[in-house]
Amino acid sequence: MRYTPHTQEDVRAALDAIGVDDVQALFADVPDALLDPPLDLPAPADEATLLRHVRALAARTDAHGPSFLGGGVRAHFMPSVTKHLATQSEFVTAYTPYQAEVSQGVLQTTFEFQTMMSELTGLPVSNASMYDGATAVAEAALLALRATKRRRIVVSRGVHPHAREVLATYLAPLDVTVDVVDLDAHHATPVPTDLSDAAAWIVQSPNHLGTVEALPPHVEAAHAAGALSVAVADPLSLAVLRSPGEVGADVAVGDGQTLGVPPQFGGPHFGYMVVTERLLRQLPGRLVGETRDVDGRRGYVLTLQAREQHIRRGKAKSNICSNHQLAAGMATINLAALGPDGLREMAEGSVRNAHALAERLRREGYDVATGDRPFFAEFPVRVDREATAVRRDLHAAGVRAGVPVPDEYGLGSAVLLAATESTTDDDVEALVAALARVAPPAEVPA
Amino acid sequence: MNGRQDELPTIFERSAPGRRAARPPRVEGPAMADLLGAEVLRSAPPALPEVSELDLVRHYTNLAHRQTSIDGNVYPLGSCTMKYNPKVHEEVAAAFEDLHPEQDPSSVQGLLELLGTLQDWLGTITGMDDVTLQPAAGAHGELTGILMIRAFHEANGEGAQRRNVIVPDAAHGTNPATAGMVGYDVVEVPTAADGEVDLAAMKAALGPDTAAVMLTNPSTVGIFETRIQEIADAAHAVGAQLYYDGANLNAIVGKARPGDMGFDVVHMNLHKTLTTPHGGGGPGTGPVGVKAHLAPYLPLPRVRQEVDGTWGLEETRSTSIGRMRSYYGNVGNLVRAYAYIRSLGAEGLANVAEMAVLNANYLRVRMREAGFQPAFDRTCMHEFVARPPEGISTNDVAKALLDEGMHPMTVYFPMVVKEAMMVEPTETESLQTLDAYADALARILQRAARDPGALAEAPTTTPVRRLDEVAAARHPVLRWSPRDEDGEAAAAAD
Amino acid sequence: MDIPASLRYARTHEWTSELEADVVTVGITDFAQDQLGDVVFVELPEEGARVAAGDALAVVESVKTASDIYAPVAGTVKAVNTELEAAPEKINEEPYGGGWLFRIEPDDPADRDTLLDADAYRVVCEEES
Repeated sequence: MRYTPHTQEDVRAALDAIGVDDVQALFADVPDALLDPPLDLPAPADEATLLRHVRALAARTDAHGPSFLGGGVRAHFMPSVTKHLATQSEFVTAYTPYQAEVSQGVLQTTFEFQTMMSELTGLPVSNASMYDGATAVAEAALLALRATKRRRIVVSRGVHPHAREVLATYLAPLDVTVDVVDLDAHHATPVPTDLSDAAAWIVQSPNHLGTVEALPPHVEAAHAAGALSVAVADPLSLAVLRSPGEVGADVAVGDGQTLGVPPQFGGPHFGYMVVTERLLRQLPGRLVGETRDVDGRRGYVLTLQAREQHIRRGKAKSNICSNHQLAAGMATINLAALGPDGLREMAEGSVRNAHALAERLRREGYDVATGDRPFFAEFPVRVDREATAVRRDLHAAGVRAGVPVPDEYGLGSAVLLAATESTTDDDVEALVAALARVAPPAEVPA
Repeated sequence: MNGRQDELPTIFERSAPGRRAARPPRVEGPAMADLLGAEVLRSAPPALPEVSELDLVRHYTNLAHRQTSIDGNVYPLGSCTMKYNPKVHEEVAAAFEDLHPEQDPSSVQGLLELLGTLQDWLGTITGMDDVTLQPAAGAHGELTGILMIRAFHEANGEGAQRRNVIVPDAAHGTNPATAGMVGYDVVEVPTAADGEVDLAAMKAALGPDTAAVMLTNPSTVGIFETRIQEIADAAHAVGAQLYYDGANLNAIVGKARPGDMGFDVVHMNLHKTLTTPHGGGGPGTGPVGVKAHLAPYLPLPRVRQEVDGTWGLEETRSTSIGRMRSYYGNVGNLVRAYAYIRSLGAEGLANVAEMAVLNANYLRVRMREAGFQPAFDRTCMHEFVARPPEGISTNDVAKALLDEGMHPMTVYFPMVVKEAMMVEPTETESLQTLDAYADALARILQRAARDPGALAEAPTTTPVRRLDEVAAARHPVLRWSPRDEDGEAAAAAD
Repeated sequence: MDIPASLRYARTHEWTSELEADVVTVGITDFAQDQLGDVVFVELPEEGARVAAGDALAVVESVKTASDIYAPVAGTVKAVNTELEAAPEKINEEPYGGGWLFRIEPDDPADRDTLLDADAYRVVCEEES
């Protein structure tokens, strides 16, 4: 059979060694009524058949043509060397580095990852990655509840809707209040007037509408109320923007996809969480630390494991067990390939192209709704039709664009458009032409 | 693995200002201060490494050489199902990796059909009525499942009454941790002498305050709970829900179904049973199947086929527990699992369980001959727990295996067995490989018999030797920092 | 195995000193530190906390395990050994001295008399080893 190496002679030899007559005897503990149910699954497919079938499915998807899709996930430039190195079979087919002596590859890569996330966020202690940005935000709220022993979370509506939804799911069974603070007319988060008894004040910058938030007053307000300041950030933006650590935030979280993970229809990406020294013991998930072997050589181990579920069981900081190592490792290698200049150029290129696009669409007469705060690589545009219909028709016209802006932002019908360093003039012309057919501006300027 | 025994510099120590491996497209334009305002800009760039492309390649190639893996080594880590990951799956995954999650559904019909079909197949394999693909890992699936059970009890007006979740003392740590995250109290029931759950203790623990019972079957000691239907009946009789931890599904995949045993919820670990790569610690992927009475609580969004035959996404449902993560799941792994099921079919999946169980029993017998006594000496399923002879520590044997070029089994778990070695060879290993493993273990005991201190020195041939975990935990160094001239690490990023 | 006769003991391996200036001092026994192995971290209660006998109020961690520490008597936490934050190894080196964990002012000083004496505790250790 496929992937099982046993010949008939092997099976016979193994059964003899075990001392049973047939394979079915090994399943004697399973009640007969439960054994060997008929399963309605397709017949086995050989490799050529499988690939033909899967390619036929893939042919009914469209990953071609210019893309202006964002909403937290963007397809940035990734050098070939990144994927080549990150998918070496030793990295792909290892598991959690329980045996440190033969797992220095994964352990050192993770130590480098923790260092890079610390550099980007300006905070000292990074864990070894989480599932994604949304669950990282929820875990940050749980951390804040533990650290402050309070029962209230306050979160800006600028935080990605998925993250706020996951937050609500995670906190539903606990006796915790979650309050959402609306954005102002310029799509920025006002400093809340009431943070009393809050465990955390969670602000995202750039926020879901692309606005770069002025973080310092938010950090001050959180600390004045005795709350933790949690900053959610697209980590690529931190190549350019003030880091959470620089403005005094206690916790930085987010989704790491933009650092160099393919979109993959939403996953697997990875989440990151970086905190102050004071919160080290509250951190969920794995941590890698540096140490020495018996001969004095530097090496790396999983450390502070007594926080984790396999030791602390019901009293663990989180039930999280696996991390998203393969994706985090890919980002580590990508960051090393780009270096500080390459990462900055990507961030700057995205900002420049997004601003040029916004300017171009304004000239075409579109209602580009950026407010007066700076925006990063994404912005909303109001449209006269239902946003999902605009998205559908843009795709039909060969341009992948038009993430609908949720109603909760009060913009009416609007779509988000994102640019990257890889956006070309031809891409922009294709978008402008498609938009002109799909959702022409209300009035063409004179 | 062929890494030399030495220290490897970190990527930061290979850095030289001005070097660079990759250049993104160049975009000219206004300065950032002009576009964003100077006050939001960071004062100094992050100290990322600056290396040439060849330096980068050498560094991460040499790191890969310091890493053991299934592709290089037998890796019978109990409860982790370290089976071969087929290479064709990588090609399948690559066919979908550039799709953006915000694309219009009309432009991803082939993928949605794949995901919708996978939902059905996973339901068929586990005997459940409906499936969510969203959870990112087994533990995340547990959280999803227990939240659904909680929502079910709430809807029945029993939310306040049902405060406890029962788990066996040998359960994976994620089970009690999950129950704790959802605010439940954990009640542990002991393991009986035959390795199964103590049925009398289970029945005594069950009551009107029980929300759920979480079980793995076969259990973490690799033994099938022969009284599973009696347990299910007892749980259901008091109104509790039965949760199946799918970590050990490889033992029965294609042969028996949790749904038929009476389980109400099941999570699957795709990186175990359905061979998506373990990735050095993840990503896992943990779809959850439910019986019909729990389907209203499934998380959103869900893939579904519309009446006109097109595929779409269900985004709203008032009874749902809500969203568990961003977007739809670890799609890159879901497509790999789809390819695996499509390759094997029902017959191939049953063969997986049969050969996994055959291999585990064969190695159990061979290890017993080598001097390792099974903790429960009866036919096991896909894994078994054994102990080294009196006076020899499991940790020493594990470290000695490293010098044999073999990955140890899971050690010191489950905690209910002293000096536990939990061994799961999986179906993809040949008898010759298992013979070699048992022979290596026998040699290690012979060495120990000749020189009782010998094993404490192991490993001697690995890239680094035993590491000081106590120092690492007492004085955590969790990131690289530049050293000053005295060799002292400078202060961390803050 | 060192089990000083002057102390009282809980089955969960905490020792309790005689009442001195209205407080009893609590730590973990030599047997307990030996079973745990090298202690790497201690989570201490807050001063002023009110505790019932049997409440988990501290955690002692080694590399591979974490152990809850229970209040042997009901009362108020009057002091904690903050030196352990930087030097958790004191619990291994001097379990009955510098490795003490916290001091409690008992609600009822007679509660201490319900704990095990050294001979009874020695039996507990022998059963467990």
